[in-house]
Amino acid sequence: MDLHLSKEQEMLRKMYHDFAENEVKPLAQEVDEDERFPMETVEKMSKLGMMGIYFPKEYGGAGGDVLSYAMAVEELSKVCGTTGVIVSAHTSLCCAPIYEHGTEEQKKKYLPKLCSGEWIGAFGLTEPGAGTDAQGQQTTAVLEGDHYVLNGSKIFITNAGVANVFVIIAVTGHHLNAKGRKIKDISAFIVERDFKGFSVSKPEKKMGIRGSSTSELVMEDCIVPKENLLGKEGQGFKIAMETLDGGRIGIASQALGLAEGAIEETVKYTKERVQFGKRISQFQNTQFQLADMYAKTEAAKWLVYSAAMKKQNHEPYTVDAAMAKLVAAETASDVTRRCVQLFGGYGYTREYPVERMMRDAKITEIYEGTSEVQRIVISGHLGLK
Amino acid sequence: MAEFNSKDTAAFKGVWVFCEQREGVIMSTTYQLLSEGRKLANDLGVELCGLLLGHNIKEEYVKGLGGYGADRVYVCDSELLKTYTTDGYAKVICDAVKEKKPEVLLIGATNIGRDLGPRCAARLHTGLTADCTHLDVDTEKYKAFLKTTSTIDVDHTPFENNTNLKMTRPAFGGHLMATIICPRFRPQMSTVRPGVMKTQPYDEAGAQKVVVENLNIALKKDDIHVEVLDVEKAAKKMVDLIGADVVVSVGRGISKDVEKGIKIAQDLADVLGGVVGASRAVVDAGWISSDHQVGQTGKTVHPRIYVALGISGAIQHQAGMQDSECIIAINKNADAPIFDISSYGIVGDLFKVVPMLTEAIKALEASK
Amino acid sequence: MKVIVCVKQVPDTSGVVAVKADGTMDRSSMATITNPDDMNAVEAALQLKEKTGCEVIVVSMGPPPAEGMLREILARGADRAVLVSAREFGGSDTYATSQILAAAIKKIGVGPEDIVFCGRQAIDGDTAQVGPQIAEKLGMPQVTYVADIKVEGKDLVVKRMLEDGFMMLKVQTPCLLTCIKELNEPRYMSVGGIFECYSKPLDVFNYEALKDDPLVDLDTIGLKGSPTNVYKSFSPPLKGASVMLEGADKATCEKLVGILDGKHLI
Repeated sequence: MDLHLSKEQEMLRKMYHDFAENEVKPLAQEVDEDERFPMETVEKMSKLGMMGIYFPKEYGGAGGDVLSYAMAVEELSKVCGTTGVIVSAHTSLCCAPIYEHGTEEQKKKYLPKLCSGEWIGAFGLTEPGAGTDAQGQQTTAVLEGDHYVLNGSKIFITNAGVANVFVIIAVTGHHLNAKGRKIKDISAFIVERDFKGFSVSKPEKKMGIRGSSTSELVMEDCIVPKENLLGKEGQGFKIAMETLDGGRIGIASQALGLAEGAIEETVKYTKERVQFGKRISQFQNTQFQLADMYAKTEAAKWLVYSAAMKKQNHEPYTVDAAMAKLVAAETASDVTRRCVQLFGGYGYTREYPVERMMRDAKITEIYEGTSEVQRIVISGHLGLK
Repeated sequence: MAEFNSKDTAAFKGVWVFCEQREGVIMSTTYQLLSEGRKLANDLGVELCGLLLGHNIKEEYVKGLGGYGADRVYVCDSELLKTYTTDGYAKVICDAVKEKKPEVLLIGATNIGRDLGPRCAARLHTGLTADCTHLDVDTEKYKAFLKTTSTIDVDHTPFENNTNLKMTRPAFGGHLMATIICPRFRPQMSTVRPGVMKTQPYDEAGAQKVVVENLNIALKKDDIHVEVLDVEKAAKKMVDLIGADVVVSVGRGISKDVEKGIKIAQDLADVLGGVVGASRAVVDAGWISSDHQVGQTGKTVHPRIYVALGISGAIQHQAGMQDSECIIAINKNADAPIFDISSYGIVGDLFKVVPMLTEAIKALEASK
Repeated sequence: MKVIVCVKQVPDTSGVVAVKADGTMDRSSMATITNPDDMNAVEAALQLKEKTGCEVIVVSMGPPPAEGMLREILARGADRAVLVSAREFGGSDTYATSQILAAAIKKIGVGPEDIVFCGRQAIDGDTAQVGPQIAEKLGMPQVTYVADIKVEGKDLVVKRMLEDGFMMLKVQTPCLLTCIKELNEPRYMSVGGIFECYSKPLDVFNYEALKDDPLVDLDTIGLKGSPTNVYKSFSPPLKGASVMLEGADKATCEKLVGILDGKHLI
């Protein structure tokens, strides 16, 4: 068992780090304060192959692996949580389901432009009445000849305001199960922004990741060609859950990056700040707090990397991804909060980045499956009934 | 001409200085080099010769080189030398050196000098030391220099006693000083950093008795492989950092409000009769043009007063200003390295302190 | 058409630098990077490749660890790398280095349309000498301090910076250009490039490969043969600690002005 990164992964780490420091960090405060989607960063990342890291070259990807992708989200999130989730949602929630479940035609049509960053991707599962209770889907998709007609709305969709391609989950019908209960048939569709009847409405005002474009999708008699059914009718829920498994690795990486970035800023600050005639880094409270945070973050890191490697090796990784997200997200919230505390009053102001990191971290405990959902997955694995 | 052999060191005599001119005007670095060359020529007991290439250079400028120490000036006048080209200048200089065999050749480390020097050294099969800040041929003088500028235990270190040119220069971004020698080859070539050597006072008598000799070096159009299409001066007048009495420099500490930071620095410079300089970080960020840059890759200055605002004092910056007479540093970080080399330091917010300082100086002027 | 780029791996002198007790640099304490001006040279070569489809070959003289740096440049889009490495070459000054690199470039082969790019100067030696000296050894025209390049048929129209302005020059290939930071913005390695770089060719030219080239005068290479050598090296002594003034208010400024006035500095 070799816990070392490959030569290529070390080079990637270096490139991601330099890119994040030079191109992403200078914009982070403005992106947050002005709630501005950093399109110029997406263009730069596209040129470097960062919008399709682990997809094969034949589909326009960079030919990398899942861990290389996780590291990208991690390094970006160290300096900007918004930029990290842009890459994560695009890659894991849109490119991945098309890659894993698409027909050859669908893959050839959508993946090259998604991987090159020419198109940005998004995923529509959540609805006003269906959050954690994803089965509460109400969006319908009715087959009429050569196309489906979709009706319904999706909320809290990441990248919505800028995406060109959406993987949308909708109810295509019902069947009766063995006990005679009516069960929904849920299916997945590839929907393009300019399909008739599709619109994106006002952006959501959020506590954190304020530069991330989060909006509602509205489908009113939205026409989706039959060929855009992803997988088979009725497979949609399974596709959605598998997609979220991969997405959890991305969000866990985002949380990991936020925690690491906060620790780095705090180490730097405490070595400069003088109180009572000493640098506050010389006080044992500071030292012990940071030691705890550092060790916990390292532990989260190995859960994230292990989940990524299992996915790469096509081993079952659902529980690993759930653990990684649960631990990384709760660590990120805890670490960023404690870092603000170590900064004291200055940490509460927007002059320093830690308050933004704390606001950014909170969402990682909620989206792509709340921490409670992750606990359901893990306890299910333990066979606890 | 006999075969030129750069290893035959005994055959070489004389100190030469390449006298750079642009558009017919002698560069100030030329006068600095002649002053320095004069000292070396005196120590060696040999002639100091200037080497002047150009077209229709005014006689008063040519003779003026004698006023700054040259015994003899070799002139090569050709229309092909009016504007600098590597090929034209290198051919004339190398042919002259091969014929007359000077033991030392100094060139100013200007953009042109640093293009010309290495080309010539490679052609002459000799060594070249770049960007020198101090030169000695006399061993005792060199030892005295080391005593004041290094931590070497000079009295208990062996030194060979010879008149090899000892060329001292900063290396590793300024972290280290190295003295280089070129013992086995001639001429010993050195490019010298502009603004470092002191220019001696002009001596009319020297100008009167300087011997001017024309070099008969055939230069053909075919010798030059680059075509000069245009020479342009930058539209904006460049700031004269090297000649300034007072320099007020800004560093990364102005990032919160770049425009205001430069303005208050300019205000302070104005009341002190100085100019605004900048650290490399400020230039790289695009907040000010590169002609303001002080440091290892910028300009070296030694003004009477150097004020460092929000500059941490990285060694590359120090290399450009550490010899200033009085260094005043204002920085909000008490541990900034700039405070290790400054004469006076204030730990505080430059945006608050600098305007107060400017006011205090105005008040002082008013009271006089 | 080929573009050959010379690069050097150098200690990062802008970071933490340790000096040993004997006054020499503690190289092991410093991170290594690709010399910044050389990255501009690499970028210029890659931009030409995008325009003309030419081959980009990157060359470096250095110890074996320089391979890592060459792979990083291959990851940015260069096609082939050559590492010039031998114990006999170690300790070379710029004259010695330029002979060896010129011989290596000759071995790679320079055609009538080809260009050699170098960075203006390296941040450890800070001499800016190797580029022009290679040009002299290869007998090709040079332009230094290049801030802009345009290809016009067989010619290159180049902007060459002076301290207070610039020259526009026309030069024919083959020629050597030294690049400054104003020339371009070096690109990052790409993800795809990183996964390909270890399968691109990297050759090592050792002593045997170059020793018989007439450009290499074996008496003038390496530490012993170099025309220039280090006589003494030392670190400048730390100046005495400064007079730190109390506070940062109006009274402090007035006090400072008083001191400066007393010393007739203002």
